[in-house]
Amino acid sequence: MASGSPVSHASALLIQLGAVLFVLGLLGRLAGVVKVPVIPLYLLAGLAFGQGGFASLEESQEFISVAAEIGVILLLLMLGLEYSAGELLGNLRTQAPVGALDAVLNAVPGAAVALLAGWGAEAAVALAGITWVSSSGVIAKVLSDLGRLGNRETPSILGVLVVEDLSMAIYLPLLTALLAGSGVAGVTLAVVIALVTVTTVLIVATRFGRQVTRLVSTDDAESLLLGTLGLTVLVAGIAQELKVSSAVGAFLVGIALSGTVAETAVELLTPIRDLFAAAFFVFFGLSTEPGSLPGVLALAALLAAIGTLTKLATGYVAAARSGARRRGRWRAAVALVPRGEFSVVVAALAVQAGAEPRLGPLTACYVLLTIIIAAAISGVPDRLAATPRRRGSSQPVAA
Amino acid sequence: MTVTISSRGLPGIGVCQELELADGSRLGIVTRRSGKRDLLVYGADDPDAASARVVLTEPEANAVAEILGGPQLLTALAGLHGDGLVVEQLPVPPSSPYAGRPLGDTRARTRTGASIVAVLRDSTAITSPGPEFGLRGGDLIAVVGTQAAVDQLAAILDGTNGTNGTDRTDATPPAS
Repeated sequence: MASGSPVSHASALLIQLGAVLFVLGLLGRLAGVVKVPVIPLYLLAGLAFGQGGFASLEESQEFISVAAEIGVILLLLMLGLEYSAGELLGNLRTQAPVGALDAVLNAVPGAAVALLAGWGAEAAVALAGITWVSSSGVIAKVLSDLGRLGNRETPSILGVLVVEDLSMAIYLPLLTALLAGSGVAGVTLAVVIALVTVTTVLIVATRFGRQVTRLVSTDDAESLLLGTLGLTVLVAGIAQELKVSSAVGAFLVGIALSGTVAETAVELLTPIRDLFAAAFFVFFGLSTEPGSLPGVLALAALLAAIGTLTKLATGYVAAARSGARRRGRWRAAVALVPRGEFSVVVAALAVQAGAEPRLGPLTACYVLLTIIIAAAISGVPDRLAATPRRRGSSQPVAA
Repeated sequence: MTVTISSRGLPGIGVCQELELADGSRLGIVTRRSGKRDLLVYGADDPDAASARVVLTEPEANAVAEILGGPQLLTALAGLHGDGLVVEQLPVPPSSPYAGRPLGDTRARTRTGASIVAVLRDSTAITSPGPEFGLRGGDLIAVVGTQAAVDQLAAILDGTNGTNGTDRTDATPPAS
């Protein structure tokens, strides 16, 4: 290497990639110590690295963008794997009214704000999705960390998340078709395809789950990993080609796989998902110009304030329906506030397709704010006065 | 005497079971997909939340289950012997036609009348395995049934239907 020559492309790629991953590792440890979700930290890291940030990542940006695409696919695949078709159908049946309330309360403000700002119909549909869906990843982690898995209100919280995730299987194709400029007929077709596919997959998974599973079933971990991953990326690619959204394709593969294969696949794919999902969040931060953040901060704060109130209402009603008492209702209300991966997925999709560019920084701010607000108020319900029932010596529960 | 157990699903996480005890207090057990269990005692002033909680790893949960359930299992098994039933552990040899296939394929109960109550793998027991449970060479299968039914199942697993299996290990001495 001649002295003074710039670092070669290949080595610059490795150095940048290594540095990014190393920093993410440190952030992950930090998140573990201070008990905050790691998603906002990844977003901030992306913002810090990106264009206009502290360090440029020119050489590795292309690689990270491909990794980000796989990250979305893996996020959705794992989501599908974690739910069984039975769970999805059962929750859809019991939680549908709350799910509808959730959709109306939380999607409408986003759509309204985008329309008022004059960003157009596509951005309105996108922003509706961004403000609508809570973060399954963040919420499941918080519930587990706070020891609330056994609480009586918890199934109703998870039920709302299930309905949201399932609704995404219709919403994402709708958005994808809309962004592709397909017109009314094209959008209707995409939604019909999505509805038919989702219904078919749910029926096939409940009736013939074993046969589908046999396609990739094997005792060998390596071939199971490659088989599942291959099948998923293949289906995702085909779904993308059909304008039904690659993410939804991956989600449906996850639902269709069941039994021991699903369990083993979750075990094998979790570390890979973590890697590529991190790349996804970083890439989103990377492609957002930090200089554009101040301009959307006020709007993001307004949306976050509305979004907090509407989610509080959703959670309160969901828990009340399941018979939880006052504190339980407020715990459920607070739990649903954080937005996360889905909002980012929707924003990335919209910005890539050339919709309103301010959706990117707006979503980054919005996600960060909702997570911060949720963390700040998560302890409040437990400090509420107990239901007034204490009379003299209430018998302590034996521990 | 029955104990009221209510169960609620936790989509994506596992299942939570709640036991109503005779003294009015309530106990909860969360079984996570990962195998971890949360052992909970619900509060008196906030009935929806746990006031005390411990998290058990899978081996720890098994140890607790053994301590709590051991005596009862022995009593149940002792009772079985009286009815001419035996409990045995049958190996699934790597050469078995059922190694790598779901348990349901053996059609053990319809063909022999013997019941498979657990599969022992890597020194852990998987109790009440479903028909979709995948057998592997080297597994041990815990079976309850008449001696004839158990012998027949051993032969099926060995792939030598009709003749007796040769290398199976008896969990209990033959019933007299």
